[in-house]
This record gives sequence, structure tokens and C-alpha cells, in this order.
Amino acid sequence: MLSSVRSSSLAFALSRQLSHFRPSMEPGAHRPVETSIRTKLTQTLQPEHLEVLNESHMHAVPPGSESHFRVLVVSPRFEGLSLLQRHRLVNEALREELSSSVHALAIQAKTPQQWSSDPSLAKSPPCLGGSKHDQTVAEKLKAGSN
Amino acid sequence: MNSVFRSTARAVRAVTSLSGLNQWSRSMCSASEVHKNLAEVVKKDKVVVFMKGTPAQPMCGFSNAVVQILRMHGVDNYAAYNVLDDQDLRQGVKAFSNWPTIPQVFFNGEFVGGCDILLQMHQSGDLVEELEKLGIRSALLDTEKESK
Repeated sequence: MLSSVRSSSLAFALSRQLSHFRPSMEPGAHRPVETSIRTKLTQTLQPEHLEVLNESHMHAVPPGSESHFRVLVVSPRFEGLSLLQRHRLVNEALREELSSSVHALAIQAKTPQQWSSDPSLAKSPPCLGGSKHDQTVAEKLKAGSN
Repeated sequence: MNSVFRSTARAVRAVTSLSGLNQWSRSMCSASEVHKNLAEVVKKDKVVVFMKGTPAQPMCGFSNAVVQILRMHGVDNYAAYNVLDDQDLRQGVKAFSNWPTIPQVFFNGEFVGGCDILLQMHQSGDLVEELEKLGIRSALLDTEKESK
């Protein structure tokens, strides 16, 4: 079912959402990093809309990893701030995760107005396998599993 | 050995047609030395990128995106440092710019951001303006002209 949705040229955004769908289990039970990211961003930025996507499966890391994430944060806190300032706020909120298990973080930080005029999620570029040859990623993954 | 490379780099830089060789000589300019002197390194060239891999062979999709965007704008004479060659550089640049990830882009010594920011600047047209401030004319302006 997922593959047929993915091949549909129309509902690309929808297919992207579905490709990240995880069967429901106890919320956050096996996704501690994702849960932590969600919690911290919610607390610090009071977003009107928040998406936290584990993209680790798109990269050269073992299944079940929580190393590569994409976040979309829509918050009035971003009004008047440059892109760099917005991203720094997000980085600051996730400082702990970024210094332990999270190896890559793609960020979209929009104001509510920007989001309503363009409600789209950007797509990460294809992996070029860097993590395979990267000792620090292996270390980070170990850190995440502790 | 490093001084040999550096003087080669200087000579090569003077001959603009050898921009490909220039890239090589810069990346050969000991990444291990770079991390000690980041404040100088980021000011030495108008456009400086810390990335995984090289512009010829990026080792990461996000680093590759930066390379592709710069290429689209006709920016090919920039300094690229491969953090995979040197863990000290990799950690050093993150501490220097207080930014947790790679790639990192600097314009005129000032930190611009990572792949996401460069992409958004490209999409919004801001990148053409910022390059102009650096005295670099984006190739996209010329392609626009041609199509009119």
C-alpha cells in the first residue's frame, strides 16, 4: 500500500507523511530521542505546528537508529528573526540530543504566516553514504542506545 | 611540505584558468593545520565551506546540496575543507561557529548557516543578493538574461 501511495505523483506531501508512519505502540516507547526532541521543541517554542521525522532509515545507519532527523517548527516566536537566529533557537533547544545521539538535523523554521502561505515539508537530499565510513556516527549510535 | 603547497596555491590562484587545480591545492593545504586557525581560515576566502568529502566527491547528501547550489550560481572558486579528514577540524569548526552540524558555509568570514539555510536563500533569491555583496555575480542572473 505504501509503495503505491509513494508512486502517486499527486499527493507527494501526503505520501511523504505516510512513508514516515509508524504503527502505533506505546507513545515513545522505542523512540526516546524522537520523544525528547518533540517535548523540548514544544516546551521551548510553543509551536502551532510541529513535525519531527526520523530520517535515519534514509541513511547508512542500522535499522531502528535515531541519528538523523528532520524537524518542521511553526511558531510565532520566529517573527522578526533571521533564518540563522531561528535555527540557533532550535539547535539550542536540542543541544543535548545534538551532542549525543543525533548526528544530523534538518530544520525548517516558519512563522504561522509563512506556514499558511506555503504548508510544505522540504525533502532531504539522498544520502551519499558518509555515515558508513564515519566512526563518530557509530559512537553516537552507541550513546543513543544507553 | 606545507609551505610548498601554500606557495603553489598562491601561484595557482594567480592563474584563474587553473581553478580546478586551485581547489585541489587548497584541500591539500593540511586540514590538520586548519583547525588551529579557523578565525583566519574563514576570512581568507570570500566563500568557505566545511563539508564531508570534497566538491568533486561529496560524502554526504547535505554537503552535496551545498556544492550543487554553489555550482548552480557559478561559484566554483571557493575554499572547501573536508572534515572527514580531521576530527579536530570537525569538532573545532562546530565549537567555532557554535553550530552542531556539517556542512557549514561562511561568506566573508561570517557564518551563514548550513544546508537548509543556503537552500532557502537560494529559493528566495537572497543568495543572488548575498553573492553580489561579495562581488560575485551569480550565474543564474546570466541564464535569466539569456532566456528573455
